Amino acid sequence: MLRIEYVYWLIAAFLLYCGLRDLRERRAWHAAFWLVLGVLFGAGDYVLAQQAAGHALPAQLAGIGVIVLALLAPRLHRHAHAEEGSAAQRLQSAIRLGHKLLVPALLIPLVTLLVALFGGYLAFAGRHLFATAQMTLTGLALACVIALFAAARVARAPLSAGLAEGRRLLDAIGWAALLPLLLAALGEVFTQSGVGAAIAALATSWLPTGSALACLVTFALGMVLFTVIMGNAFAAFPVMMAGIGLPLLIRQHGADPAILGSMGMLCGYCGTLLTPMAADYNLVPAALLELRNPYGVIRAQLWSAWWILAATFVTMWLLAFR
Amino acid sequence: MNYWPLLGVAVIVVGFLLRFNPVLVVVTAAVGSGLLAGLTIPALLALLGKSFVSSRMLMLFVLTLPAIGLLERAGLREHAQRWMTRLHGLTLARLLIGYLLLRQLLAALGLTGVAGAAQTVRPLLAPMGEAAAAKIHPGLDDADRDELRAVAAATDNIGRFFGEDVFIALGAVLLIQGFYAQHGIELSPLSIALWALPTAVAAFVIQSVRIWLYQRRLQRRAAGLRAEAAD
Repeated sequence: MLRIEYVYWLIAAFLLYCGLRDLRERRAWHAAFWLVLGVLFGAGDYVLAQQAAGHALPAQLAGIGVIVLALLAPRLHRHAHAEEGSAAQRLQSAIRLGHKLLVPALLIPLVTLLVALFGGYLAFAGRHLFATAQMTLTGLALACVIALFAAARVARAPLSAGLAEGRRLLDAIGWAALLPLLLAALGEVFTQSGVGAAIAALATSWLPTGSALACLVTFALGMVLFTVIMGNAFAAFPVMMAGIGLPLLIRQHGADPAILGSMGMLCGYCGTLLTPMAADYNLVPAALLELRNPYGVIRAQLWSAWWILAATFVTMWLLAFR
Repeated sequence: MNYWPLLGVAVIVVGFLLRFNPVLVVVTAAVGSGLLAGLTIPALLALLGKSFVSSRMLMLFVLTLPAIGLLERAGLREHAQRWMTRLHGLTLARLLIGYLLLRQLLAALGLTGVAGAAQTVRPLLAPMGEAAAAKIHPGLDDADRDELRAVAAATDNIGRFFGEDVFIALGAVLLIQGFYAQHGIELSPLSIALWALPTAVAAFVIQSVRIWLYQRRLQRRAAGLRAEAAD
C-alpha cells in the first residue's frame, strides 16, 4: 500500500543526495544543511510515533535539529549554478522534440488528478493501492516519479541528469523551501503561548461593543491582521471567533453564523495574500520563479487582496444581519 | 493575561523589516515566545521538533524539481514560448484569465494539488505568459519579466484560495463547522460553503479586471514606443 510516509522517505532520499553531492564538492555549510534536513524528514515518523507513546527525547532532538538549520540558513548564499546547457542548445532541442516535451509536464497534474478521483477504487490482491489519508499528495508524489521517468525518456537523458537538475533548482530556492514548515511550527508555539488570546483581549478592550458595524470591522480586520501575523487564516479563525465573532456578533447582534464563518474566513484568506509569513504561497513561488525581489508575488497580489476584502466585507455587512 | 509572548510577534515584524534571514527570524521568534510564556527548554524543543516534522507535506513540491529541471534542460520553456507565439487568438489576458478560471474550478472540486507554482506556473504558465507579453511589446526587460511572472504566481494563488472554500470537504469548511459544533451551533457543510460563492465570483472578476488592465498597460507602452519610432 502506498502511504504518505513513503513520500517523506523519498523526499529524505533526495535531500540526502543533495547533501552528499555538496559534501563531495566541499561545500560544507550546504552539505550540513541538506543532510540535517534529510535526517529530519526520514526520522519524522519515528519522532511522531515516539512522541505519541510518551517519549519526548526524539522530538527534542528534532527541535535541536530545527535550531541547527536556523543557524546554518544565513550561511547558504544562493548559489548561481551554471545554466543548464546553452540557450541555443535548449532552443534546438525544443524545436526537435516539440509537443513531446509537454507530455511529462502535463503528466504531473494528470496523474495527480486520476489518483485523487479514482485512487480509492484501486486494489491489488484485495488490498487498496493507496492509503486514504493524504491520497492526493501521495498521488502528486507518484506523478512526480512517473513524470521523471517520462522526461528522461523524452529527453533521452539518464535519470541521474534529472537528479542533478533537481538539485540545481533546489539550490536556487535554498532556505526558502524550509520556511513553510518553520512557520507552521511557529504558529503552534504562538498558539501554545497564548499569543492569540492576548491579541483578542487587546482588541476587545477598546471596542465599542454596542455597534454591530464596529464589531464587524474589528472582526474582519482582526482576521486579516492575525492571518498576516500567523501566515494562516486557520490559526486566526478560532481566536477571532471566540473573542469577537461568537460573543458579540452572533450572540449579541444576531449575525448569521454560516455567513459570518464563511466570509470571516475569506477575509483571512485576503490576509494570506499579503504576508511573507505565508511563505509557501508567497515566498517559495518568488524563489521558484527566480524573481529578484522576494516580495514580488505579494506586490502583485496587493491590490487584488484589498479589493476582494472590500467586496467580501460589504457582502458580509449586507447579508449577515438580515 | 500574559502579554509578554506578544514580543515574539514584534521579533517577526522587526526581523522581516530589517531583512534578517527569515529562517533565523522565525526560529528566534518561536524560541522567544515560548520562553516568555513559561515553557521549559525541553518542552519547547519537543514542541518545535514535533510541529516541524508534522508539517513535512509542505515540502512535497521538491519532488517535482527533478522532472521539471530535466524538461527545462531539454527546452520545455523554449517550446512553451514558441508554441504561444503560434497561437494567434490566445492573448496574455485570455491565457491568464483562462488559467484563473480553471484553477478556481479545480480547487472548488477539492483538487488543489493538481496545479501550483512548481507543477504548472514555472514550467508552463510563466513561459507562455512571457511569450504572450512579447507578442504585445517585444522590448521587455528583466524587471518586466519579473513582474509578469509575479502576476502569473498571484493568479495561481488567487484562483486556488477563492476556489477551495467552495469545496465542502476541505479544511476551511470543516474547521468552521467544527468550531460551531464545539459551541453548540449545528450547521451543515453545504450551508457554509454556499456563502463562499459571492467572494469566489468577486475574486474572479477583480483578478480578471486587473489582468486586463495589466495587458492594456503593456499595449499602451508598446503603442507609445511605436509612435516614437514613427516620429
